[in-house]
Amino acid sequence: MSLPGWKQLPIGAVILTPGSSVEYKTGEWRTLRPEIDQEKCIRCRTCWMYCPEGAIQEVEEPYKTKTGREFKLTYKVDYDYCKGCGICANECPVKAITMVEEVI
Amino acid sequence: MSKPLTVWDLPREEYLAPGHRMCQGCGAAIAFRHILKATGKDVIITMPTSCGEITSTVYPHTAWRVPWIHVAFENAAAVASGIAAGIEALKRKGFIPKDKDIKVVAIGGDGGTFDIGFQALSGTLERGDNVLYICYDNEAYMNTGIQRSGATPLGAWTTTTPVGKVWRGEWRPKKRKDLIAVAIAHNVPYAATANPAFPVDLYMKVKKALSIKGPKVIHVLSPCVPGWRIEPEKSVEVGKLAVLTGMWINYEYENGTYRVTTPVPKRKPVREYLRLQGRFRHLTDEEIKKIQELVDAEVARINKLVGKEVIGPVEG
Repeated sequence: MSLPGWKQLPIGAVILTPGSSVEYKTGEWRTLRPEIDQEKCIRCRTCWMYCPEGAIQEVEEPYKTKTGREFKLTYKVDYDYCKGCGICANECPVKAITMVEEVI
Repeated sequence: MSKPLTVWDLPREEYLAPGHRMCQGCGAAIAFRHILKATGKDVIITMPTSCGEITSTVYPHTAWRVPWIHVAFENAAAVASGIAAGIEALKRKGFIPKDKDIKVVAIGGDGGTFDIGFQALSGTLERGDNVLYICYDNEAYMNTGIQRSGATPLGAWTTTTPVGKVWRGEWRPKKRKDLIAVAIAHNVPYAATANPAFPVDLYMKVKKALSIKGPKVIHVLSPCVPGWRIEPEKSVEVGKLAVLTGMWINYEYENGTYRVTTPVPKRKPVREYLRLQGRFRHLTDEEIKKIQELVDAEVARINKLVGKEVIGPVEG
């Protein structure tokens, strides 16, 4: 990686692209990986609300469980950024999230 | 009164990008996310040195998707005042449309608010600038490695209040500095306490504060995984327990009236909150009793200010 010289840097080292930290994938920090059981999930938004990274994504994707319950939303974990803190699994009211050991 | 907000009222837009380097399970990161959801994109944030500042803007990256300026430890509130005055001037000269609502928010840690940035904050409140000041309070200088601050509670272990034969953690025998009372003494129109374990309440308070003209203060508790010696997955649980034990009271002050936004009919003993945290593990029964007495006194004071018993007695 070539680093820019002082003449190429903006004055005051101002960062010109907002939200550029997305280039840095914090998913590498993880030792435990949260997995959402879509059958058990009741779409209460709790994990999405408490995630410090905003790594739980709320997507407009309909889902029908085997027992016939229909949901308009699906919650997915963005493993690029999830640091594996486990707040989602700890706070989930129906215990639909389990923390699984990360295997390389 | 309008309908109370629910979790479904929180907008989906994220103005705090992922990839920031805050710790696993950081309470402040949850608070920042919901503060930014409430402010929306038309906001300018000033932030003094704090752990949230260094971890969200590691050069050449920034996690903020809104205009953000880093300032010295002591002057977040002063810079926010300057920006608010600048916006007013630009509106007057016609560079910005007069009806455009640009908010100015200063977010400081407890060191940058209670200790170092105190005089700048006092000046902003006293001049009546149109600024929202948010203090996220992790109860010590966590950025530099857990030194005590003016917000450290009685009995807490830090590296500068160690635990041994002579020292028993933080020694201040009284309640810590009461930021909301200080703000109210400056005649602010709005002041509140909030907690990231109750994000809807936090969101509502930031929204409400921004709708009021003048200086506003919100004091947010921020559970800290390395500093409080807790497990990463427990930070929200600890935040909830702080409210359920009466250690932290979610209330707001608006034009002379106090309102508790999270009433607790039956309090849990404070021991349950202390037991989860390594920084309190050295406490003896007698010391816990002393902390319980301090909490009881604070609850009684808030109940008196509200005018009825919103926080109940300790159960069992």
